[in-house]
Amino acid sequence: MKHLLSVTDLDAAAATALLDTADRLKQALLGREVRKLPTLRGRTVITMFYEDSTRTRVSFEVAGKWMSADTVNVSAKGSSVGKGESLRDTALTLAAMGADCVIVRHPASGAAHRLAAWADRDRAATGTDTCIVNAGDGTHEHPTQALLDAATLRDRLGSVAGRRIGIVGDVLHSRVARSNVFLLATLGADVVLVAPPTLLPVGVQQWPCRISHEIDAELSTLDAVMTLRVQAERMRGAFFPSAREYAIGYGLSDERAAALPQHAVVLHPGPMVRGMEIAPSVADSARSAILAQVRNGVHVRMAVLYHLLAGAPE
Amino acid sequence: MPDLLIRNARPYGEDAVDVLIGNGVIAEIGSGLTASDGAETLDAAGLVLLPGFVDLHVHLREPGGEESETIETGSRAAALGGFTAVFAMPNTNPVADTEVVVEHVHRRGAEVGLVDVHPVGAVTVGLEGTKLAELGSMARSRAQVRMFSDDGRCVNDPLIMRRALEYASALGVVIAQHAEDHRLTAGAQAHEGVVASRLGLAGWPAAAEETIVARDCALARDTDAALHVCHVSSAHTIEVLRAAKAAGIRVSAEVTPHHLLLTDAALTSYDPVHKVNPPLRTAADTKAMREALAEGVLDVVATDHAPHAAQYKDTEWAAARPGMLGLQTALSVLVAACVEPGLLDWHGVARVLSQRPAEITGLSDHGRPIAVGEPANLTVIDPDAQWTVRGAAMASIAANTPYEGMRLPGRVVATVLRGRVTARDGKVHQS
Repeated sequence: MKHLLSVTDLDAAAATALLDTADRLKQALLGREVRKLPTLRGRTVITMFYEDSTRTRVSFEVAGKWMSADTVNVSAKGSSVGKGESLRDTALTLAAMGADCVIVRHPASGAAHRLAAWADRDRAATGTDTCIVNAGDGTHEHPTQALLDAATLRDRLGSVAGRRIGIVGDVLHSRVARSNVFLLATLGADVVLVAPPTLLPVGVQQWPCRISHEIDAELSTLDAVMTLRVQAERMRGAFFPSAREYAIGYGLSDERAAALPQHAVVLHPGPMVRGMEIAPSVADSARSAILAQVRNGVHVRMAVLYHLLAGAPE
Repeated sequence: MPDLLIRNARPYGEDAVDVLIGNGVIAEIGSGLTASDGAETLDAAGLVLLPGFVDLHVHLREPGGEESETIETGSRAAALGGFTAVFAMPNTNPVADTEVVVEHVHRRGAEVGLVDVHPVGAVTVGLEGTKLAELGSMARSRAQVRMFSDDGRCVNDPLIMRRALEYASALGVVIAQHAEDHRLTAGAQAHEGVVASRLGLAGWPAAAEETIVARDCALARDTDAALHVCHVSSAHTIEVLRAAKAAGIRVSAEVTPHHLLLTDAALTSYDPVHKVNPPLRTAADTKAMREALAEGVLDVVATDHAPHAAQYKDTEWAAARPGMLGLQTALSVLVAACVEPGLLDWHGVARVLSQRPAEITGLSDHGRPIAVGEPANLTVIDPDAQWTVRGAAMASIAANTPYEGMRLPGRVVATVLRGRVTARDGKVHQS
């Protein structure tokens, strides 16, 4: 694995190896007074975020620091063209400064793919073999989110294979949904997407999952339900009539949570819109794994950096 | 100007003849012809002779976009691609919406002298879709504008489109529509379908094209005006056009080489060299385009030659400008897409690349048969040649070709404009 751009870069064995490494790192850090491993000492990891993010950026930074990498955060708000330096120039500049890894979040789908192509093409000029990690590109993918979700499901359910996972909400605009559908399918889960037709992309029928418009028909068979953020800032209108109608049709209310099997887990990639997508009492309930997702995020990102920069352990 | 003798050429791929050209017209066709002293000769044994190509849709970028293309470099690309006339779209800076700008473009084209450059005038002031540009003044100017378009943008307002068609009908000019309902394509980045969904690129639904074409055909019917549809990309649009033509509506349509050959499967690399508007669609669409071109529902191949300097293309997908080079690869792509599979013969190539485009725009000196007394606007082709596309080696300033590294069949050997060789063996012959 040279870069992590999409979950389709990972087959089941590679994804499982990452999750296993994350587990081992979690165990290694457990109960330590100084949460620091020497693994990436002397390596430079740069986060380059073109969108607001708290949890993902901090999670990567903490992951790097716990592995003793030198971490630098670049906040590059705004799009590249017409507002100064191009994405390519920025990326190559960071590579030339010796960045072993650039972790990028960008509003354009495919931005991480482009960075990887430039980094590889201009390797001789930058003098650094820079690997790229996609931390969310437009409405395309967010691979480490899907990995941390898989890690959380494995913790809570014992396995991902054979489990039925419902993903509810704005699939159309969600990079989390895309990464999860394809990663969970690779790991053998049975995925069902639940959304009104306006929030499902054309062609979704060809994804490795089932489609439903009726959340109440699905709840009793789910091992886990993941509610997606309804991304109001991406809406261009008329996707659904009102927040009220959305909450009535698709919100994870107390009544709906009660219809889930006893063992079922509730996930949310955050940030949550409490009340609309998910009732506060459900988000804070015992079946909620939302904070476990955040904890696992650090370990999964440590594993990703470890596999990319130090090589996957045999 | 010395005479030109083309020996052993096969007009439309038929039996070899000699063609003698003098004073810019075809003087004699026969065998064993001899040229006068000082005449240029061109040995065309095994080569196909066609009427010079006419491109209804190019972007020469001048004025305002000279970092990507100029009228001179675009003319060189046209000559090398076998073209003797091109129609330059008005989305320049300033926009070609007055006689001042169209006359400038026309004059620069004539000064370069490699290809007849016909400026296309804007339909609306500033391409803004709200106020009709002075179509009459542009039509009557020295540039003699024959085609008007807001290309790059759709004339979305149905009332403005109706008025443009009505007004144009009295001028004997054609309105060329970039058919895209902008309400349906806000933010669109790729063909709405399986590939775009997986890649997280906002979809450009085919219905945004079909609905405008259907609407405009009804408007053309009511106004008895001539409508031309730019760069048809969707199989469904073919059905709309077929019905409109059957009903006697004066509508013509073009398809680009890239919509004949390329599909959205190329988008998975996110390399914006594949970004174009309308977007690359599916294999079913390219198949429908090829068949409709052979059938004549689609009238012409037009390149939509759209140079963009590297800084506008070598970016993330969303930031990249749409468009790709077309002039120097058009013939080869058409050969690969339609001639080799047996959908078009050389008469068919002449029809879609020369005769029909000249008819649609009322050009009397292009698209003519290869016959004595006709203007000597000709293209000589090696049908058996293969070549590898290199963007950097092309005449355009920009190098944004989606065919980079591809091996394509068929090559333009020479281009003749009114008896003068403008390009030969890959080299431009400046006068």
